[in-house]
Amino acid sequence: MNKVFTKNQARKFYYSSAVFSFLVFFLLSFDSIYSLHERDNRENLTPLVAQGKIVWEENHCIGCHSLLGEGAYYAPELGNVYKRRGSEYTKAWIKMMPTNIPGRRKMPNFEFSKEELEALIAFLKWTSEINTARWPPTIEG
Amino acid sequence: MQYSSQAVAKPYFITAIALFAFQILFGLIIGLQYMLGDFLFPILPFGIAKIIHINLLIILILFGFMGASYYIVIEEAEQELHNPKLAIILFWIFLITSILSLLSYLFISYATLAKITGNYLQPTMGREFMEQPTIIKLSFVMVLGAFLYNIGMTIQKGRKTTINTILFTGLIGLTLLFLLTFYNSKNLVLDKFVWWWFVHLSFEALWLLIMVPLLAFVLLKLTNINREGIEKWLYLIIALVLLSGVISIGHHYFWIGAPEYWQWWGTIFSLIEPIPLLMITLFAFKILNSSRHQHPNKAARFWVLGTAVMAFLGAGVLGFLQSPAPLNYYTHGTQITVAHSHLAFYGTYVMIVLTMISYAMPLLQGRAANSKRSQKWEIWSFWLMNISMILMTLFIGAVGILQVYLQRFSETPLPFMMVQEKLIVFNWLREFTGVILLIGFVTYIISFFVAAKDMESIQKNS
Ligand code: HEC
Ligand code: HEM
Ligand code: HEM
Ligand SMILES: [Fe+2]
Repeated sequence: MNKVFTKNQARKFYYSSAVFSFLVFFLLSFDSIYSLHERDNRENLTPLVAQGKIVWEENHCIGCHSLLGEGAYYAPELGNVYKRRGSEYTKAWIKMMPTNIPGRRKMPNFEFSKEELEALIAFLKWTSEINTARWPPTIEG
Repeated sequence: MQYSSQAVAKPYFITAIALFAFQILFGLIIGLQYMLGDFLFPILPFGIAKIIHINLLIILILFGFMGASYYIVIEEAEQELHNPKLAIILFWIFLITSILSLLSYLFISYATLAKITGNYLQPTMGREFMEQPTIIKLSFVMVLGAFLYNIGMTIQKGRKTTINTILFTGLIGLTLLFLLTFYNSKNLVLDKFVWWWFVHLSFEALWLLIMVPLLAFVLLKLTNINREGIEKWLYLIIALVLLSGVISIGHHYFWIGAPEYWQWWGTIFSLIEPIPLLMITLFAFKILNSSRHQHPNKAARFWVLGTAVMAFLGAGVLGFLQSPAPLNYYTHGTQITVAHSHLAFYGTYVMIVLTMISYAMPLLQGRAANSKRSQKWEIWSFWLMNISMILMTLFIGAVGILQVYLQRFSETPLPFMMVQEKLIVFNWLREFTGVILLIGFVTYIISFFVAAKDMESIQKNS
């Protein structure tokens, strides 16, 4: 083994693996970023949607919820909540939090202004229209 | 300990252990909130406690990595640290900013925190693992940069070894990837796409370039084996880590709006990912068994082998099982993900830090190994912690499988909250394993006190 495969060869294998992997990675990534517009429905990404994303981030919804399957797994998936519940229900839901059911997991009340709520809904609507290759499997997320 | 400046590692190690205590406590809190929705609500909502749970994890690993790097780089370079004072100053800066950020989550609402730290100027907050206010992120980057400088100067002045070279590559990678936390896009798809560069390339590629040389260093020291033999394996392993671990980022691009060819790239390269992890395990067993040298630190042997095995199980096996696109379609974003992330993080990164501490802490206190009695406690804690983490993973995994079935697979898919209510028993069992983990951790702490006490009585007698 020692003669068949030396340390120097192992090192060369390491360098070539590194170069090869990152090269392929960058090529695929650039191609992806270049063609992302085919799936991310950016034509509908209005300033209101962008504002909604900030509201989403600054209130840390991801601490309990997943969005397109990533984040936390304590509360329902919200990537498709717009399709599951629609805008009126979702708005009413967020305003009526927290529920008063003892023992049930709670969501805080964020006391959003009307504008913030509209932005959030616009963001959730836009997110639900991303082409996710038919994920999630069911409407329940 | 051969070089006096290696002593800078000690506060880093002690802090890592202390942070682990709090990480476990916050794990127990959010674990309870899974079943008892009102627990600590609204003083400490789940989301905030979860930030603290995972930020403590990342920070404890960084403290561990830094302490270990100081210790190893000095010994490998046969050279005192370039600037020991800087290492201590950085320790305090890092500790204080970390504690400040953790306290701010506790005492200020997240939205207020975002406002007063100027998140609107350059939004970076509100994404998993990147929850810290922008100024805290900046301070972390500065600490990492100065740390790299200190380590780099030491390496450059001294003996060049493979372990130091690979370790330094990993540390540079860690720092560069951390810069991605400043990037955000108003386009969620692009934001997620780049978020994974940070998360996946850190955990599954560049941090492994830190973990592997740390493990190799401890193996080398425990066995006194010929360096040449180890170095060849090291290169082979990290070659396969990069070959599989970089392109396998595709396993995160299946369902977030990226092109569908990633389903192929992600699935195929993920299949290779367990191989280097398996090689680490075989390599560790082979080296420890082939050496007749009996190092007095038996506990460290356990940790080395344990790290290798648990990393293989948690990262290799569990990661691999949920990577094929057709399976991931069902498991994505369920408790199966959580099962994997717990065993992978614990087995790969927490355990390597515990391994380093087990080997280096006695030496930092001027003895080759702790007393037999202390090691007995430590080995007990080893088994308690590992068995509890394996059981925890099995219970979360069980929740995950049932969740997938009830919510995504059955004829009549049930709503998320209804499914969670049905799975409450397993969540209680998981919490119970968390308590065993805590007991294991307390046992671990006791081993330090026993060691100190035995040392004292030896000194008194002589
Ligand atoms: C502390 C955890 C927590 C945080 C933070 C949180 N939520 Fe929730 N959310 C929940 C829980 C728990 C439920 C399910 C409650 C129930 O069914 O009683 C829920 C349910 C919802 C639902 C209804 C989902 C459905 O399928 O019916 C929506 C919409 C929602 N949350 C939006 C948000 C938004 C937007 C944010 C951020 C501003 C947010 N949540 C932050 C815990 C949280
Ligand atoms: C006392 C034992 C522990 C309990 C009860 C516990 C519980 C939890 C819970 C409930 C979550 C949130 C999952 C969600 O998003 O819904 C979580 C997240 C997490 N925990 Fe723990 N934890 C424990 C110990 C640990 C340990 C020891 C580690 C690693 C060393 C760890 C690493 C993580 C990670 C990485 C996440 C993020 C998960 C993800 O996003 O997939 N935890 N933990
Ligand atoms: C080396 C240590 C590893 C660590 C610390 C780690 C950690 C994690 C974490 C924290 C997540 C959850 C991210 C989130 O919050 O959404 C995750 C997800 C994932 N990991 Fe790993 N991982 C490791 C190795 C691996 C390996 C080797 C594989 C594959 C062979 C793998 C495959 C996956 C997959 C497919 C997911 C996505 C799960 C989903 O779809 O929800 N991981 N990992
Ligand atoms: Fe990954």
